[in-house]
Amino acid sequence: MLQARILEKLKEIVGAENIATGVQELVCYGYDATQMEFLPDCVVHPDGAEQVSRVLQLANAEGFPVFPRGAGSGFTGGALPKGGGVVLVTTRMNRILRIDTDNLVAEVEPGVVTEAFQQAVEKLGLFYPPDPASLKFSTLGGNVAECAGGPRAVKYGVTKDFVMGLEVVLPTGQIIRTGGETVKGVVGYDLTKLLCGSEGTLGVITKIIFRLLPYPASKKTMLTIFDSIDGAARAVSTIIKGKIIPTTLEFMDYATLTCVDRRFNLGIPESGRAVLLIEVDGDPDLIEKQADEIHALIKPLGLVQFRVAKDAAESEELWKVRRLVSPSLRDVNPDKFNEDIVVPRSRVPDVIRRIEQIQNRYDIPIVNFGHAGDGNIHVNIMIDKSQPGQQEKAHEAIKEVFQAALDLGGTMSGEHGVGLAKQPFIPMELSADQIGAMRAIKKALDPNNILNPGKMLPLE
Amino acid sequence: MSKKQTTPLERVQNDMKKCVKCGACRAHCPAFSTFQREPATARGKVALAQHVMKGDIELDDGTYAAMSKCLLCGSCVDKCPNNVPTDEIVIAAREALAQKRGLTTFHKAVGQVIKTRKLMKLGAFAASILGPLFFRKIPATSGLRLRFPMPFLGGTRHIPQIAKEPFMTRYPEVIEGEPGKPRIAFFVGCMTNFVYTEIGEATLALFKHLGCTIIIPQDQQCCGLPGMSGGDLDTVRELAERNLEALERCKADYVMTACATCGGALHKLYPLVIGKRNPELRDRLKALADKTVDAAVLLQQLGLAPESTGAGEQVRITYHDPCHHRTAGISKQPRALLKQTPGIELTEMEGADRCCGLGGTFNVYHYESSLDINAGKTAAIQATGADCVVTGCPGCIMQLSDGLKQAGDDRKVLHTVELLARKLRR
Repeated sequence: MLQARILEKLKEIVGAENIATGVQELVCYGYDATQMEFLPDCVVHPDGAEQVSRVLQLANAEGFPVFPRGAGSGFTGGALPKGGGVVLVTTRMNRILRIDTDNLVAEVEPGVVTEAFQQAVEKLGLFYPPDPASLKFSTLGGNVAECAGGPRAVKYGVTKDFVMGLEVVLPTGQIIRTGGETVKGVVGYDLTKLLCGSEGTLGVITKIIFRLLPYPASKKTMLTIFDSIDGAARAVSTIIKGKIIPTTLEFMDYATLTCVDRRFNLGIPESGRAVLLIEVDGDPDLIEKQADEIHALIKPLGLVQFRVAKDAAESEELWKVRRLVSPSLRDVNPDKFNEDIVVPRSRVPDVIRRIEQIQNRYDIPIVNFGHAGDGNIHVNIMIDKSQPGQQEKAHEAIKEVFQAALDLGGTMSGEHGVGLAKQPFIPMELSADQIGAMRAIKKALDPNNILNPGKMLPLE
Repeated sequence: MSKKQTTPLERVQNDMKKCVKCGACRAHCPAFSTFQREPATARGKVALAQHVMKGDIELDDGTYAAMSKCLLCGSCVDKCPNNVPTDEIVIAAREALAQKRGLTTFHKAVGQVIKTRKLMKLGAFAASILGPLFFRKIPATSGLRLRFPMPFLGGTRHIPQIAKEPFMTRYPEVIEGEPGKPRIAFFVGCMTNFVYTEIGEATLALFKHLGCTIIIPQDQQCCGLPGMSGGDLDTVRELAERNLEALERCKADYVMTACATCGGALHKLYPLVIGKRNPELRDRLKALADKTVDAAVLLQQLGLAPESTGAGEQVRITYHDPCHHRTAGISKQPRALLKQTPGIELTEMEGADRCCGLGGTFNVYHYESSLDINAGKTAAIQATGADCVVTGCPGCIMQLSDGLKQAGDDRKVLHTVELLARKLRR
């Protein structure tokens, strides 16, 4: 418990209406999408870098932990106040400060919701591509801290590829700028990249400068169905090898299709075993040509259906198949562990086969879908926690799924992060020396270990 | 309470488990959009209800405050990936709060008024609650709402005029139509009966035009929704039973209402909330729900022909979806009716299906926030350049009109039936 004296000081910093200690408020800032829960001692809602800095200085002086939090929609517990302390919510800092159409950059505060930012730049004919599934509610600050991805990463990359500079409050309270808004810049270490994906352990982001692109002239959506998982998986590498980079290449396996079709009756052909949802964007003539080329490339791979959307409404219909996946999965089993492994694109067929073997060995349903175009597969291990032994079994199966990804030259997380959920598995991927280097950075920047302690790196 | 009895929250315990706290409700909850604090979200309320069940949170002022920040609009339920029925969970929590703490003075008053037997027939309602305010201009400080009369005064809200004579006292119980045409029981609702009587008149005109026999059971009562939103389920049950008797007695083909809220109560909440708690009423409530139909939907079903509603001047409109229509899947039907009518040009506003911010008791306890939610609506309406707004719920009409007037905008808000009736060729 924080002493009343400390709470009083926090109240002075953020104002009485922006601090909460009532149990109802505390409970509501103690969860995220991992379904883990911890009770903080206090929640503060600062309005900018100055207040954040004062909170962090106080934390160092008094020795209490601070947990930065955006929308609280993370999948790995990055924002959870494990062990208690102060949750620092960034959503009051929610202004789009400027959109510079001359230089194609924008400056925002961290609490802006991703979709709101996309809509704002699209009104000016500009494009911010990163599109995590949570974009309607997750915040840009959270996206940067976790380095969020999304379906469009195949062509455009992930959040960090669009971050040019930051304003950050360091764990010890100094307010610094990193990067800038020039295309080039090599002065000093690249702290911007270091902070992207640092999961709130190295600083609190208070401003972000994003790079923008012109909005693509047109796009084309294709729903392709294959008679084998292998065919669909090989189609991914075949398209890339054919020197076409689609905007998105979304994969859904048979188990996923069955879930969706059972509920929504989408008329998937009997022989269909896997789906690829493919989208290309750009100049209308070019994408017409690309669609034909894709068709020719994947036809020999057991293609049983190739549907091209004629207009935006039809495209939306095709995307519906993908969007319905998540709500349908619960028909398999009530609880799911959603992992997001990545392998080099050419190894997608191999990793799918490995997961199939793991599924058979453990006899628990594993449903795979995701951003196959960049090798990022969402592996959903479906269990019923109320059944004895299932959770332990899932834990073992997850470990093997991670191992499969690592064996094939991949990583255990493409976009969800480590947080608390993947922390125990980190030594499988990172060597002692790698972890040592990371710890040295953390210690240098956060000597008193007050900012989001106990996250990401394995506990010493 | 004996141990065997299921508590309100126990009834929805399994529903709570479906919430995975993903946060999708943050994008759709009108209450969160104004409060910007997590306890206002659907997942926040589910988490609180779960902790109440666990016993580590009390049914105290803090929980009461959190649970009051819900409009019961159902947006979160529609958009939730797991379809968590947060509206039912909030109703259960409010019931639990009422059981533990007793009803607030305000909700006791609401219960007393809506339970009054003669409510729909006489000006009893007005006489008892509106008292001295009846028939004269209501001071801007009164804060009176017909549906939720008062308790917190203040602000500059625009209060609708109370009708000189309630709608129901103007008509006999049965208005005979042509033989062979449907028999329709008209569930009028308090707002139409006391304030927007022109909605009642327009509804009658349209169904008379189609040759239907219309029965207006004089012993019908308030639907009870104001009680529901305060957790006063005993009152709702009593009203549901009385309405059942009144409407069953009509032996009608349809039970029709021109109020989205009343329709929502009869169609969805009676079976869901009252039926679940009172198994002996379940089948009858289900039968009533199956017969209940919205006026616009029924007009479309019965084939109100465009050539009969083509008269009058050209009008450009925009349409607002009441929450209780959206959750019942009613959005295309009223639009189709309006669009087929010559002389009506429909321009869609942004976020037509977003809640207007009234939300029953929400509007009383959180008037500023209610207006804040409504401000977005007002802006969306203005952006369409439409001459007037059309919708299917008297509650929304009151709230939208208030919002527009506050913004100095004199656009009218009309009910679908009003506009159609105006265009009837006589």
